[in-house]
Amino acid sequence: MRYNEPMRSVDINDIKKDFPLFQKHPRLVYLDSTATSLKPRIVIAKESEYYNEYSANVFRGIYQISEQATSEYEETRTIVSRFINAKSAKEIVFTRNTTESLNLIAYGLGRKIISAGNEIVVSVMEHHSNFVPWQVLASESNADFKVIGVTPTGFLDIYDKKGKLSLNGIITSRTKLLCLTHVSNVTGVINPIREIIAAAKKINPTIITIIDGAQSVPHMQVDVQYLGCDFLAFSSHKMLGPTGVGVLYGKYELLDDMYPFLYGGEMIDEVFIEKTLYKEPPHKFEAGTPDIAGVSALKEAVAYLTRIGMSSVREHEREITKYAIQSLMGEFGDQIQILGPADAERKGGILAFTFGKIHTHDVAYILDEENIAVRAGNHCAMPLHTFLKKPATTRASFYIYTNTSDVDALVVGLKKVKKMLG
Amino acid sequence: MSIYQEVILDHSRNPRNFKKLVRPTASITVNNPLCGDRLQLDILVKNGTITEVGYSGEGCAISVASASLLSEYILNKQVKNMKKLDKDIVFKLLGINLSPNRIKCALLPWEAVLKVL
Repeated sequence: MRYNEPMRSVDINDIKKDFPLFQKHPRLVYLDSTATSLKPRIVIAKESEYYNEYSANVFRGIYQISEQATSEYEETRTIVSRFINAKSAKEIVFTRNTTESLNLIAYGLGRKIISAGNEIVVSVMEHHSNFVPWQVLASESNADFKVIGVTPTGFLDIYDKKGKLSLNGIITSRTKLLCLTHVSNVTGVINPIREIIAAAKKINPTIITIIDGAQSVPHMQVDVQYLGCDFLAFSSHKMLGPTGVGVLYGKYELLDDMYPFLYGGEMIDEVFIEKTLYKEPPHKFEAGTPDIAGVSALKEAVAYLTRIGMSSVREHEREITKYAIQSLMGEFGDQIQILGPADAERKGGILAFTFGKIHTHDVAYILDEENIAVRAGNHCAMPLHTFLKKPATTRASFYIYTNTSDVDALVVGLKKVKKMLG
Repeated sequence: MSIYQEVILDHSRNPRNFKKLVRPTASITVNNPLCGDRLQLDILVKNGTITEVGYSGEGCAISVASASLLSEYILNKQVKNMKKLDKDIVFKLLGINLSPNRIKCALLPWEAVLKVL
């Protein structure tokens, strides 16, 4: 298998040259990788390889290029399953994005098992895509929707007075689903998912756990068997891969038991006038022609990250985050208020902040005039912003291609913001 | 060219007519939920003329400057003329070209003017 062969190692300090966008925009300071990551050349090349060389549909052709397309598509499934240490490639479903992966569970499993009196537990730090589907499911099935709060420093409010993790009163025998993010897309807080799942299953062994890995899988080693989660959802485009591809990991027995999500071509086995038999997972959930080029190219993104090593990715981002926190607080002191912990050990490479009384749109706009791309608003996490009493924040986020010069540029840019509007 | 030209910086730092009226004849609150902006506009109309204008709330520099400039513009004007105020006047007052994502900020006060009349 060629992905096990030794490959050119990636020098993380000289990585920008692998990303063609920086050639087009040499002065760009890209600090919005939480929204989407940039793509390395090999991923872009792999995507166009499909259109140039084997642009056929998957699964149905008897001819060679269709077989090649199918094998490229399925090879990604195997590589992704190894990347997150799933037991089998059959546990990997391709969707459009994390949002669709989570909705697939809500429709395929939620509709089947949730009824009046059950509980669905989420947290207030969820992205809307791991919040709204469960809120709607609970409302439509008269189930209780319970929301775990956060502490003023942005951690899940799940610790007792002695500082010990406790889910008493949160998880009960009526709780069917626990839906949590691994890493917050606003505060960057890394939740202790393995410990939370263990504690939840101790109270209720039948609980099903759904983890939003959109901000963890691209940035750190994620092992589904180690975490013990039943489902994990993430997006290709946030991990150097193409847009249009999402991943849903699910334990096979659960996937097998679920309703399909979308009905139609590819996902059926046999169709009769009176009934239809479906394919087995994962194909049961992949109706219609998928994003063949995108899925094929995702494996190059995984290969690229694997060559760097996920522990090096995490280490790099931790160092950049530490440097950014020191630089920003050193320069601006109390004027800058970072949401959540200001401790790089306990968070991913994400800094959402308020800057004096200056409106976040003005901060982002003036930074843009200096070629610095940040996000402004509530980052699809309105419940968290409301909970922490901040209408909006400016967010700078980091990835493998972020270096200390990018952080220095942010500091210079914010000085200009302060001079103009502070 | 920066959109933060002198006129905008001046009006956002020192917004004119930034106040609530004690006895307005009409009042309206408009929101831009996307960025959390909120603007309350109060007016006092006497004999068909806008004799007093005040606004309050929160917004970015563009929307505050727009509110400030518009409040000066509509003061002492006749209601019947201001009812069909064209949005181009906002861009003329601001004196800049705005990208689509900032047009909404600039037009929030204009929307309030049309609604309150």
